[in-house]
Amino acid sequence: MMNRWHVLKRLMPLLAGMVLLLSACGRADLSTLKPQGPVAEEQFGLMKLTILIMVIVVVIVFAIAVYVIIRFRRRPGDKSIPVQVEGNHKLEIIWTVIPIILLVILGVPTIQSVFGLAKDYTKDPDAIQVKVTAHQYWWEFEYPNLGVKTAQELLIPDDAVISIEAKTADVLHSFWVPSLAGKIDTNPAGNANTMFFEAPKKGVYLGKCAELCGPSHSLMDFKVKVVDRASFERWITAQKAPVALPQDQELADLLTNQCLSCHAIGDKGAQAYPNLTGIGSRESVGGILVNTEDKKYDNEGTTEENLIKWIKDPQAVKPGNLMPTVELSDQQIEAIAKYLAGLKLDY
Amino acid sequence: MAHAHAVKRYTGLLDWLTTVDHKKIGILYLFAGFFFFIIGGLEAVLIRIQLWEPMNDFVSAETFNQLLTMHGTTMIFLAAMPMIFALMNAVIPLQIGARDVAFPFVNALGFWTFFFGAVLLNVSWFAGGAPDAGWTSYVPLASPVYSSTHGVDYYVIGLQIAGLGTLIGGINFLVTIINMRAPGMSFMRMPMFTWAAFITSALILFAFPALTVGLVALMFDRLFEANFFDVSQGGNAVLWEHIFWIFGHPEVYILILPAFGIISEVISTFSRKRLFGYSSMVFATVLIGFLGFMVWAHHMFTTGLGPIANALFSIATMLIAVPTGIKIFNWLFTMWGGSIKFTTANLFAVGFVPTFVMGGVTGVMLAAAPADFQYHDSYFVVAHFHYVIVGGLVLGLFSGLFYWWPKMFGRVLNETLGKLFFWLFYIGFHLTFFIQHFLGLMGMPRRVWRYLDGMGFNEMNLISSVGAMLMGLGTIVFIINMIVTGLKPRNASNDPWEDGRTLEWTIPSPPPEYNFAQTPLVRGYDAFWKEKMEGKNAMTPAEPLGPIHMPSPSILPFLMSLGLFIAGFGFMYHNYYIGIGGLVITFGCMFFRSVIDDHGFHIEPEELQDKGVKA
Amino acid sequence: MSGHSHVDGQLPHEPEKATLEGRNKVLGFWLFLGGETVLFGTLFSAFLALRHQVLDGPTEQELFSLPLVAAATLLLLTSSLTSVFAIQAMHNNQVKAMINWLIITVLLGLGFLGLEIYEFYHYVHEGHGFTTSAFSSSFYTLVGFHGAHVAFGILWISLLIAQVFKKGLNVVTAPKIYVAGMYWHFIDVVWVFIFTVVYLMGKVG
Repeated sequence: MMNRWHVLKRLMPLLAGMVLLLSACGRADLSTLKPQGPVAEEQFGLMKLTILIMVIVVVIVFAIAVYVIIRFRRRPGDKSIPVQVEGNHKLEIIWTVIPIILLVILGVPTIQSVFGLAKDYTKDPDAIQVKVTAHQYWWEFEYPNLGVKTAQELLIPDDAVISIEAKTADVLHSFWVPSLAGKIDTNPAGNANTMFFEAPKKGVYLGKCAELCGPSHSLMDFKVKVVDRASFERWITAQKAPVALPQDQELADLLTNQCLSCHAIGDKGAQAYPNLTGIGSRESVGGILVNTEDKKYDNEGTTEENLIKWIKDPQAVKPGNLMPTVELSDQQIEAIAKYLAGLKLDY
Repeated sequence: MAHAHAVKRYTGLLDWLTTVDHKKIGILYLFAGFFFFIIGGLEAVLIRIQLWEPMNDFVSAETFNQLLTMHGTTMIFLAAMPMIFALMNAVIPLQIGARDVAFPFVNALGFWTFFFGAVLLNVSWFAGGAPDAGWTSYVPLASPVYSSTHGVDYYVIGLQIAGLGTLIGGINFLVTIINMRAPGMSFMRMPMFTWAAFITSALILFAFPALTVGLVALMFDRLFEANFFDVSQGGNAVLWEHIFWIFGHPEVYILILPAFGIISEVISTFSRKRLFGYSSMVFATVLIGFLGFMVWAHHMFTTGLGPIANALFSIATMLIAVPTGIKIFNWLFTMWGGSIKFTTANLFAVGFVPTFVMGGVTGVMLAAAPADFQYHDSYFVVAHFHYVIVGGLVLGLFSGLFYWWPKMFGRVLNETLGKLFFWLFYIGFHLTFFIQHFLGLMGMPRRVWRYLDGMGFNEMNLISSVGAMLMGLGTIVFIINMIVTGLKPRNASNDPWEDGRTLEWTIPSPPPEYNFAQTPLVRGYDAFWKEKMEGKNAMTPAEPLGPIHMPSPSILPFLMSLGLFIAGFGFMYHNYYIGIGGLVITFGCMFFRSVIDDHGFHIEPEELQDKGVKA
Repeated sequence: MSGHSHVDGQLPHEPEKATLEGRNKVLGFWLFLGGETVLFGTLFSAFLALRHQVLDGPTEQELFSLPLVAAATLLLLTSSLTSVFAIQAMHNNQVKAMINWLIITVLLGLGFLGLEIYEFYHYVHEGHGFTTSAFSSSFYTLVGFHGAHVAFGILWISLLIAQVFKKGLNVVTAPKIYVAGMYWHFIDVVWVFIFTVVYLMGKVG
């Protein structure tokens, strides 16, 4: 028995190295290996425990396999008949019992965590209640207690539990924020799901759809933006404030007729499709065209450029989405994009 | 019925269409399965080309979803399953000392329904688009509202027809193994591959009907406006997930158990050693099969079944690690102290052990539900199941093919090309899939058509694509090997590996159509090895030479399946004359099968020279 | 491998198990019925999951008329008994009695099927069509699958009666009749479950 522990001790640095390697992987706003909140941390803890146990198993099996392959390979011309062993009860009991022990070590925290993460915050007055509705291919976020609805970008304070109630308006999707929480499927109404998470660090985190939902499944990204409590409250107020249509009457008519028949801006327009209030201060257009002044990749551009790209040919950006290609001249599109890009919220 | 009947014997193509000989049906399964393996492989290569760089537009989003759906469906139902049936057909009757399977006619029917179901499924590519809702076909995406092309219709109908073939194939092998064993071949003397085939067949029997019901319900929803999964009409989308995985999880064990069996045979033979812990191996196989039905909801941890269900299914899933671990160590200790010869077959088998362990341990990781909230539907899962299915089943299949090829065709596959194939495929496999674990952990969801630049996914995806090319290259080497070997004279001896332990190595390669001129008497586990150790080179016969009764060939299985194929198209396109016409062909053939007695024919003792089947 | 016919033309007591083919057929059919059990089990699960999704259609209480279903049940249960008599007659080598019992079985099956068709016809007129709701779809699928099994059984047994007329009872036809009898019992057992789960539970609520 002592011997085995020595082997383990020698393995420890190796395992520590593995864990380090793992935690160096990926972007902090996207990777499950760089958790940024307690829920993701708890999940990462369980992942580390399982990886540790499994690495031990793999190392033992590999060691025996390599030894056996080298030690017992047949020399040319060897005609000898090895001893025909039927089995060995002692060994067989060992490799039945040890895995059971390992599974108990793994099973206890798993069960604790299953019940811990299933805690229901939907009735908690201190939690921020968010109703997530997934659509092909965009995300709707409603704050029922605060009377606010937005799209593509979930804005939350850094000091509260976020209680999610997720469902879909059409096909199955899955709400996944790798660096903050796990994922939960969005089922059709009647089978709505709940989850919760906390995000103590301010910043922007990437969210993904994790269930095949049609051609643009891979493009159905969203953002989680974490701000301090004061900013959050300013944002809520700003979301509810009325928004002025453009001075130019022609442009205002165009917007009312073409855009606001589906979308909402402030108190105007329809609610069925992504809410555009404050779209000028979002991180992306259509969830996938990243807004930045410092363009590095194909999918990046200024907010205005991205809006133009999107309005001109939405199907080229996200195949299969429901936004129609509207009959507009380039000047009209540019004017709309300019106006929308200017819709910034102060928070 | 001892009267002689003149039986029409066919040659050429008609011989293959009418054969009821399990060895020929095995060859049909093999080539059909391998053909679809190539198709599925090409689909995989296209997927990897699309993903080799960020924001690639090599294929459109619609095509990509069709590719990933057909890749999964093809590989599981049309490539892996038939290749398993190929080996079961070629080997099981020989291993238990039987002259035939229990139901030769049904055996042929099983092949042809699989074949026509598979063809129907692939016709979709040319008829307006393949299914595109994933191999799991989750509703509502696969429901008529969100999938308006005929793609998913091809999926539900093709899989029903192919699934029927699998089901009756499973029943055939269960009865064969229970009723047709040679004298002395008790259950605890059966070779491990036969045991695995037995349990796999049982799993098929109890899992496939659930799939059939799911497919029928989805078909009714799509073709006849039923409301099983239509939420607006009171249907339930989660119900599909349950039905699918109640079938789907046992299916995983249906695939992997035969590989376990093959590995046990190959490792034991090429180590010149008895399988270590045979009874615990049998016990573990049975236990895995049993637990396989208890764990389906671990595919649904994020569906929202609640903590109690998630906890129970987590623990049940972890338990499967115990019997699987028993197997791994039994294989290692079979080699321990043995005299291991590294033929290509054994390279695949030995390579299987560590690879499968890696797939197994990621399985245990996935079993921890809270951690699965992160892994689920990410590339980590893709890596895991490819480690299990490619690193497990496919390596096992190739091991088995190299091992039994001489028994099936009378020719030993070229070893140099074989080893080249192994190394290309093995290295390519690990390059492709090892890296995908990390992609998933870094936040890449599965089934994505594109990924953005700057996410940190680029290099790993490129490596993965390079690995896929290597696997493709390896497969080409294997095809060359088949051709090169096919051109060589047919000269394999009864026992070409010289260390054969089981009954199939006591008869010519390939065996005559009646397999055993005299049914052998089995005196212990590893029946042939036991005789060899007592200095004999043949089995003791259990009966005197006498006339052998053989079943007649029949075209009816082919026609029955063709009828289903036609009916499938008829119902899909709402042309009920064609639909009913197809069913009339099928039921008409059943009528003739019932009315016309199949007396078969006899091979007289004086004819019993060793004239092998044509390969 | 083939069966040995008795020299005196006398059939063995259990002719269905006299040959290996016969034994294979009986065992294979048992296994097939195992698969059928899973099939109906899944159909029952789907029905149980969806049976309250009635929407605007009539509810189970409004719909089902127990006397009618009880009559159908009586017919089918009796037919199961007569098929037992048929197999007993076969074991006693009384071909004529066997055929008579089989004919009665088929007639009772036809009666059951007639009642079921009448019942469905009646339901459709009350606004309970196949596409009305998830409840109606799962109801017709479950009960309809059973009905299709009964219809197939009727055709099958009729065909076997004709064969026995022509070829007599021997070690080839005996397993067929035995297996058809097993099938008939199976659909009877399924009906008992349908009667309980669909009709009785539906009436009780």
